[in-house]
Amino acid sequence: MDKLDIVKSKATVIFKDNIDTDILIPKNYLKSTKRTGFADALFAPWRYDETGKPIEDFPLNQTANQGNQILIAGENFGCGSSREHAAWALQDFGFKVVIAGSYSPIFYMNYLNNLKLPLILGRAEREALIEQNSEITVNLIDKTVTAGNLCFSFAIENVYREKLLKGQDGIEEILEYIDLIEEHERKYAK
Amino acid sequence: MQKTLFDKIWEKHVIVTKDDKDLLYIDLHLIHEVTSPQAFEGLRLKNRKLRRPDRTFATMDHNTPTIAAHRDVISDPLSAEQLKSLADNCAEFGVTLFDMESQYNGIVHMIGPELGLSLPGKTIVCGDSHTATHGALGALAFGIGTSEVEDVFATQCMWQTKPKNMGVKIVGKLSDNVFAKDIILKLIADNGVSFGTGYAIEYYGETIENMSIEERLSLCNMSIEGGAKFGMIKPDQKTLDYIEGRLYTPKGEDFEKFKESISDLYTDDESLFDKIITLDVTDLKPQVSYGTNPSMTVDIDQEFPEIKSPEDQTAYQYMGLKPGMKAADIPIDFVFIGSCTNGRINDLRIAAEVMQGKKIADNITCVIVPGSMQVLQQAEQEGLVDVFEEAGCEMRMPGCSYCLAMNEDRVAPETHCASTSNRNFEGRQGERSRTHLMSPYLAAKTAIEGRISLG
Ligand code: SF4
Repeated sequence: MDKLDIVKSKATVIFKDNIDTDILIPKNYLKSTKRTGFADALFAPWRYDETGKPIEDFPLNQTANQGNQILIAGENFGCGSSREHAAWALQDFGFKVVIAGSYSPIFYMNYLNNLKLPLILGRAEREALIEQNSEITVNLIDKTVTAGNLCFSFAIENVYREKLLKGQDGIEEILEYIDLIEEHERKYAK
Repeated sequence: MQKTLFDKIWEKHVIVTKDDKDLLYIDLHLIHEVTSPQAFEGLRLKNRKLRRPDRTFATMDHNTPTIAAHRDVISDPLSAEQLKSLADNCAEFGVTLFDMESQYNGIVHMIGPELGLSLPGKTIVCGDSHTATHGALGALAFGIGTSEVEDVFATQCMWQTKPKNMGVKIVGKLSDNVFAKDIILKLIADNGVSFGTGYAIEYYGETIENMSIEERLSLCNMSIEGGAKFGMIKPDQKTLDYIEGRLYTPKGEDFEKFKESISDLYTDDESLFDKIITLDVTDLKPQVSYGTNPSMTVDIDQEFPEIKSPEDQTAYQYMGLKPGMKAADIPIDFVFIGSCTNGRINDLRIAAEVMQGKKIADNITCVIVPGSMQVLQQAEQEGLVDVFEEAGCEMRMPGCSYCLAMNEDRVAPETHCASTSNRNFEGRQGERSRTHLMSPYLAAKTAIEGRISLG
């Protein structure tokens, strides 16, 4: 998979709290057995009208936002169902970074596991970025977000930072410890 | 050293620690058709084996039709393909599958406890956010994503950052018309939909001790609606009585040994919790949700609150309701009793007791969907099915059904549904459907009264 170190892009803004995974990708799109092909489903309930036509002023549909790789949202992003399809849909649509105030823990891991960055910034910082409305540089190497004269640092668990920087397959990383796993199984697991 | 229940189980399963995350060994992996296909595909692409098929169990639940006649040939080709791919994958990788024909089929969070697979002290994962349900038996159970499902398939392990510990202490005696469902809705109404984010919750206190295992399962089930991935309750004599003799529970001498091995599973002192929330349920009233997330919940006789944010505005608009209205003013047309929150035998008993000898109101369609085949069978034996049918309800086959409307069971647009499920998100029960979360008791009352009322 692709590594993630520096992402430069303008941001699409959907500044709402509690955006749940039923909104990110409704269940009628969950019947696929593949990991790709979910871009059109992203935010479907808010993105299309009753006849299935794109709603022009919804941020994902605005011409100015096409090609953006960063999404700015509110608190508790990705709450609700554990469906990883939400992470796949964001990734398919092209979002490599979400900047929110907080995340549901399951979504947080899902997005990381697809080597995408769930970045946490306070409300004031996010508001400043939205206000500025210019290209944003997310730098995972030195853990900063810059835009124009704004510069914020952010925190991320070191192991997850490394995982994104290396683009590492989770299973290989676990199999390094196979001896310890076998020992545990001998001891406890019949 | 003194520890919490959560920390005791966690630490026993840590294989290795790397910076701020632990590699956890997983004792039991439950899977269903929606979140597993991409993980199986991942194994195939890399030519990997499923490490412990003996610790992996599968069921079909999210897509399965609940009308018996529709179960043989599934009309939606995508659902059919997803179910078939689960069957094929289980056959290829040697996983036990409880398919629609099995007498043990049911919603994944029903069958784990029912079959004696979910046991105290175990680490349990499932690609489903309501996995905390199993924590009611004193297990460390949590929902995971599909990449993590693949990790567990291949290694029986996964990385996790250890959350903080939260104690949720419940005291007081519940009124006769108030249940575990009301407690969890009240906790979320008071503390918000993310009060548990970053925490593992342990529920404790006299109310919990007096609560049946099935009620405890309903309580832990909705931990995720409060933001917590983990919800658990220490195992006690009730837990042991519940698990004993089930299909996969250890038998005879092994059971004695098992009991011994879990005898230290309790929190040594409540001061060990990083945070404690206390709720006295003595005066708790039946709860009803009016909005589009579970924290938008009020007492049955309370007015819906003022609009304080754009989210409130959107919610009221979506629901077609206004501040100042009360639950009784909601024009309910549909009642759904089921789901992994409230599709257990005790839920059906409570609903049947309310409906015994009565008829549902003319304006109401009421559908009862048992959580599993075993619940259905038991309900037949106890005569509950007769009560429901005589009352004018529709009795269905088990599955997730109207809880998420992924199969053909959908609440019509703009229809208000009194529902025993766990989520009232926009479109959850069908496009533009309007969900009102409540206990099975109140849902049954609502079916009879024709509106949300205790009668
Ligand atoms: S019953 Fe509802 S919440 Fe439970 S597993 Fe099924 S869809 Fe999820």
